[in-house]
Amino acid sequence: MTGVADTRPGALAVRGLRTVFASPAGPLTAVDGVDLDLAPGEILGLVGESGSGKSVTLRSLLRLVRPPGRIAGEVLWGGRDLLGLRPGELRRVRGREIATVFQEPMTALNPVLTVGRQIDESLRAHTGLDARGRRARGVDLLDLVGIPAPATRLADYPHQFSGGMRQRAMIAIALAGEPRLLLADEPTTALDVTIQDQILKLILALRARLGMGVILVTHDLGVVAQSCDRVAVMYAGRIVETGPVAALFAEPRHAYTRGLIGSVPRAGGERRPLLSIDGTPPGLGARPAGCAFHPRCGFATDACRREAPPLAAVAPGREAAGREAPGREAACWHHAAVAAAGIEAPVPEPA
Amino acid sequence: MSAAPLLSLEDVVVRFPLRRTVMDRLARRPARAVHALNGVRLDLHRGETLGLVGESGCGKSTLARAVVRLLDPDDGRVRFEGQDIAGLVGAARRGFNKRVQMVFQDPYGSLNPRMTVRQVLHEALSVHRMRPRAAIPGRIAELLDLVRLPPDSADRLPHQFSGGQRQRIGIARALAVEPDLLVADELVSALDVSVQAQVVNLLLDLQGRLGLTVLFVAHDLRLVRHISHRVAVMYLGSVMEVGDTEALFSAPRHPYTRALLDAAPDLDPARRTAVAAARGELPSPLAVPSGCPFHTRCPHAFDRCRTERPVLAPRGPAGRAACHLEGFGAPA
Ligand SMILES: Nc1ncnc2c1ncn2[C@@H]1O[C@H](COP(=O)(O)OP(=O)(O)OP(=O)(O)O)[C@@H](O)[C@H]1O
Ligand SMILES: Nc1ncnc2c1ncn2[C@@H]1O[C@H](COP(=O)(O)OP(=O)(O)O)[C@@H](O)[C@H]1O
Ligand code: SF4
Ligand code: SF4
Ligand SMILES: [Mg+2]
Ligand SMILES: [Mg+2]
Repeated sequence: MTGVADTRPGALAVRGLRTVFASPAGPLTAVDGVDLDLAPGEILGLVGESGSGKSVTLRSLLRLVRPPGRIAGEVLWGGRDLLGLRPGELRRVRGREIATVFQEPMTALNPVLTVGRQIDESLRAHTGLDARGRRARGVDLLDLVGIPAPATRLADYPHQFSGGMRQRAMIAIALAGEPRLLLADEPTTALDVTIQDQILKLILALRARLGMGVILVTHDLGVVAQSCDRVAVMYAGRIVETGPVAALFAEPRHAYTRGLIGSVPRAGGERRPLLSIDGTPPGLGARPAGCAFHPRCGFATDACRREAPPLAAVAPGREAAGREAPGREAACWHHAAVAAAGIEAPVPEPA
Repeated sequence: MSAAPLLSLEDVVVRFPLRRTVMDRLARRPARAVHALNGVRLDLHRGETLGLVGESGCGKSTLARAVVRLLDPDDGRVRFEGQDIAGLVGAARRGFNKRVQMVFQDPYGSLNPRMTVRQVLHEALSVHRMRPRAAIPGRIAELLDLVRLPPDSADRLPHQFSGGQRQRIGIARALAVEPDLLVADELVSALDVSVQAQVVNLLLDLQGRLGLTVLFVAHDLRLVRHISHRVAVMYLGSVMEVGDTEALFSAPRHPYTRALLDAAPDLDPARRTAVAAARGELPSPLAVPSGCPFHTRCPHAFDRCRTERPVLAPRGPAGRAACHLEGFGAPA
């Protein structure tokens, strides 16, 4: 299990987070006991297949899940449990200390208000600035996120912005309260690759400049490799592996992570079969017993079918020989065998 | 390659006129059009996979639709085995429709929700009279096996399958008529990577076994590199560079290809950079820049680029690039 919670300002420690939706067919557990740690100013990637619970996890941290969703566990933000705060206290944390950017900028921005007005509202909610101060800050913020001629763009409506500019505007609004933590759910998924690259570089620059931590939900392992310090891999509502990006990519310790990484084409392996993962993720109501990944796992044994492996520390791998790679955890009974198998696909037999 | 291409695009132009509003008329603004393809020249050789990449709106799907004749070019020609496909009628047209098949991105939209897999395949087989009636059930079983769907999937409806399985149904339907050319437009873009890998493996296997020619349209450079023998890079309706996959990825000869490759997030965390690969935004396809369409974002642009449009000219042993800097990316 994850160790003692970091209670420094700007640190986040999630323990046993569980989010359950009521449904006619019975309770559906979307997040099933998630533990996460984020040091102040760290960028953590949260990856996993569609439906694995990434977005619900992110929303649960700030209690942004609507009924019939119920959240349990602990979300320790600088030592304070956000899940125990009164609504008024939580509102002061949202936006000011922890801000969010979600995937669809067109639905997240209000189409009938100018971009300037929306930044202004965010500044009004999170700062004590007067009208003139807010306007000046609005210009600064648009400039900070790389929108050219910011003073003239404040009067534009969202539809007058390109997709990339809307995402920048969303980030500007999120930054208005100078948050210490940014929760970003697929902030670049809808964007073209050159624009995605610009936004990721922007987030990295902002982290360096403002010392802000980031949890970045993405399904693109390349995005993780290029922007995160650590990564947590989610499967069927649980974290199955976490560790520093370079170490985890070089030597995954959970069979699901191995399959994910092996599914991504890499240079040198052209036109050869990819590792891939058989089958599809389980539905919410149909979580397999034991390790939830076992029906798709080539390493599975009876132990896997019987009992769910805990997320536990694993020794730094071969790749770390002589180097530091602490903080590696995996929830896999056979993590040593997985590590030894490597990420190359087996060469198929000639037909 | 010297053999005659299976299919070629010759200076294909496609425009989508915009409806003029009342205000446009009052202000006497001229009619405007989206310039989706601006004179595209491209050959597809028998048995190869040609990857087509570029950012959204650059014209990839429009090109794919022109190739299968879902739309006719405003100018230029698409030739299949030398014949202008716009001139095909009757049996020749039906033959073309059979030999060139498209599989779509959205497996929901392209499959009838009330038809079982068996009905879908049966229809494809009987429309083109592929098999005598009695042989159809056997052929359906063969096709399911070909795309690795379990035999008992035949009597299920599309919603009973996962996204990756639905893509396989689409592929089975296209393969039912034994096409020469398969056009796959963003076939796996909506799928999770693990499922993408399953479909990619299937496509590689089928291509090798059936000798298919494939036009693989995608915006994911890693996928395109993995699957294609040759790659064409498009920007705002024009082909900027085309060449053998290995050469194009290891030594791109066009500044836009360079920027695209640099912007694609590398899987290796050790190769991180702090500076964005391309500046600026994509121009609107309503107002494609004069001269080289990339000049508004190109770090190497000079005066000539703003006025004169570069032509797609030979680079290296097998490539072509449309850039005034002939030596760009050339080995030192
Ligand atoms: N309000 C809700 N009621 C019931 N189930 C829900 C609700 N919101 C999400 N779920 C379910 O919870 C699971 C996790 O959803 P979540 O949105 O977190 O997935 P995700 O990992 O973000 O996937 P994607 O990559 O597709 O965005 C899914 O099975 C989803 O259908
Ligand atoms: N039916 C249409 N009517 C008007 N514009 C269209 C139509 N189809 C495509 N376009 C436009 O043509 C350009 C090229 O589109 P498309 O070929 O779909 O690009 P891609 O597939 O590369 O994303 C885009 O600007 C798009 O908006
Ligand atoms: S615990 Fe067993 S089934 Fe689960 S990933 Fe590890 S080897 Fe596979
Ligand atoms: S022609 Fe000029 S603007 Fe276009 S890519 Fe080449 S150098 Fe850049
Ligand atoms: Mg999500
Ligand atoms: Mg398209």
